Amino acid sequence: MQPNHKLNYLLQLGDNALILGQRLSEWCGHGPVLEQDIAITNMALDLLGQARNWLDFAAQTEGKNRTEDDIAFLRNEWEYRNVLLVEYPNKDWAFTIVRQFLFDAFNYYLHKELTESKDEQIAAIAAKSLKEITYHLRFSSEWVIRLGDGTDISHEKMQTALNELWRYKGELFKLSPSDKAMISEEIGADLNKIKSLYDQKLKVIFEEATLTIPDGNWSQSGGKIGKHSEHMGHILSELQFMQRAFPAMEW
Amino acid sequence: MIEKLEQQFQAKIDAEVKIEPKDWMPEKYRKTLIRQISQHAHSEVVGMLPEGNWITRAPSLRRKIALVAKVQDEAGHGLYLYSAAETLGAERDDLLDQLHTGKAKYSSIFNYPATTWADMGAIGWLVDGAAIMNQVMLTRASYGPYARAMVRICKEESFHQRQGYEILLTLCRGTEIQKQMAQDSLNRWWWPSLMMFGPNDAESTHSAQSMAWKIKRKSNDELRQAFVDATVPQAKILGITIPDPDLKWNEERGHYDFGEIDWAEFWNVVKGNGPCNRQRIEDRKKAYEKGAWVRDAAVAYAEKREQRKAASKAKVA
Repeated sequence: MQPNHKLNYLLQLGDNALILGQRLSEWCGHGPVLEQDIAITNMALDLLGQARNWLDFAAQTEGKNRTEDDIAFLRNEWEYRNVLLVEYPNKDWAFTIVRQFLFDAFNYYLHKELTESKDEQIAAIAAKSLKEITYHLRFSSEWVIRLGDGTDISHEKMQTALNELWRYKGELFKLSPSDKAMISEEIGADLNKIKSLYDQKLKVIFEEATLTIPDGNWSQSGGKIGKHSEHMGHILSELQFMQRAFPAMEW
Repeated sequence: MIEKLEQQFQAKIDAEVKIEPKDWMPEKYRKTLIRQISQHAHSEVVGMLPEGNWITRAPSLRRKIALVAKVQDEAGHGLYLYSAAETLGAERDDLLDQLHTGKAKYSSIFNYPATTWADMGAIGWLVDGAAIMNQVMLTRASYGPYARAMVRICKEESFHQRQGYEILLTLCRGTEIQKQMAQDSLNRWWWPSLMMFGPNDAESTHSAQSMAWKIKRKSNDELRQAFVDATVPQAKILGITIPDPDLKWNEERGHYDFGEIDWAEFWNVVKGNGPCNRQRIEDRKKAYEKGAWVRDAAVAYAEKREQRKAASKAKVA
């Protein structure tokens, strides 16, 4: 059977938003200060809202009479197409912020490109999401700078997080078969085109944050084609709990 | 002199003129308000925990988003209330310290565990419902910033209450197991919700002065009765049973009669022996302690920025 590239492409977009939204929502009630608890929760809300839009469209594209919730909650682990970066645990505020910044910078240029997609629905969802993502990027950039250039302790924590998460950055730009197919149809975003913008953004922000960009460009990858880390199963065991324990009910 | 000020102050309150932060006020009024407002703020923030416990397991995307938004609203309420307490000269860090050391109380209801999804419904319906009874009264409290914070909070709380009720309604119209889940949840939350109004009027220590100062306008028992009267018909619509064999309509009084609250349990939970007291405080302390380096860094960075700005200005000059 031919893979449905458009469906898989939408799942890549939707699953990134879903899994990162799920991760950020773990902070709710546990943030370092009430104002930031609210801010991080806002981003979780934005991402979960975006996930709904993408997964609803994915369900339509799939054409099997499934809903956004069937897609979000009832797939097997190998059917999720988010990058490994977003399933990485929150650990502490430094890891959460660095993960967010590495993702937001990518997501921002990605969505900017997608507003030009030949697929009108994709372009429309991207345009709507871009407003939120623009804010996310500003927020995470500011926090990278604030903590990188804050105290010795915060600097060290940020550098540690950056060193650790650096090896998940490359997957963002690694073309999956669906990326390739969608780029050739001018539906998907050309990731090669945005890579230099991304690298430039990182350079500027990390420099201002007095953080050292790690050597090496080896990247872990696999999420986009359904090969996940051990963290993913635990995310899904919570995410899917109700739908699995009480199947086929209205909530 | 003081006596005259106190008379003027009471006259203002009697005339329903709001007291504002810069107005003269008796020290005891200020202290009572700080205690009450900060307890309320703590209740909002601790109240995020039982519901936060279900965010990652919410059964649909729509429900997950609504729950996250609700818990976030509670954080927002915490913020307005801490700010209102700050207008009385309290410092947020001191207030948090009182919470973490157990010196300050918060609503005991949050010391009960949220063990099933139905609890997201019951907390909204009963706990927020009980809170609203109190808070509507507080929108007319004599202290201006408190009353105004309450107006905004009340609007959001009544939305939360409807949302909670709707969660239970969906369960009660669902499968047998969903209905059982709803009934189990009502069984666990009913009595603690009634306890939210505090001790019987005869036992309530702070009430008389608070009534005279119009920080409080209705007694605990009046509010509790109003809550029972409003809630019983709603339970009937859901088709689940309130766990009180003594509950029945009293034609003569025009109110529902209800059974005796287990006051031993009430006082035990207040004293720290509820199922989750330790866990809640530990969670809040952990968040605060783990956030210390973040708050320190934010302050250090803001100072650095100021210095750099000043330095570059000096250069230009």
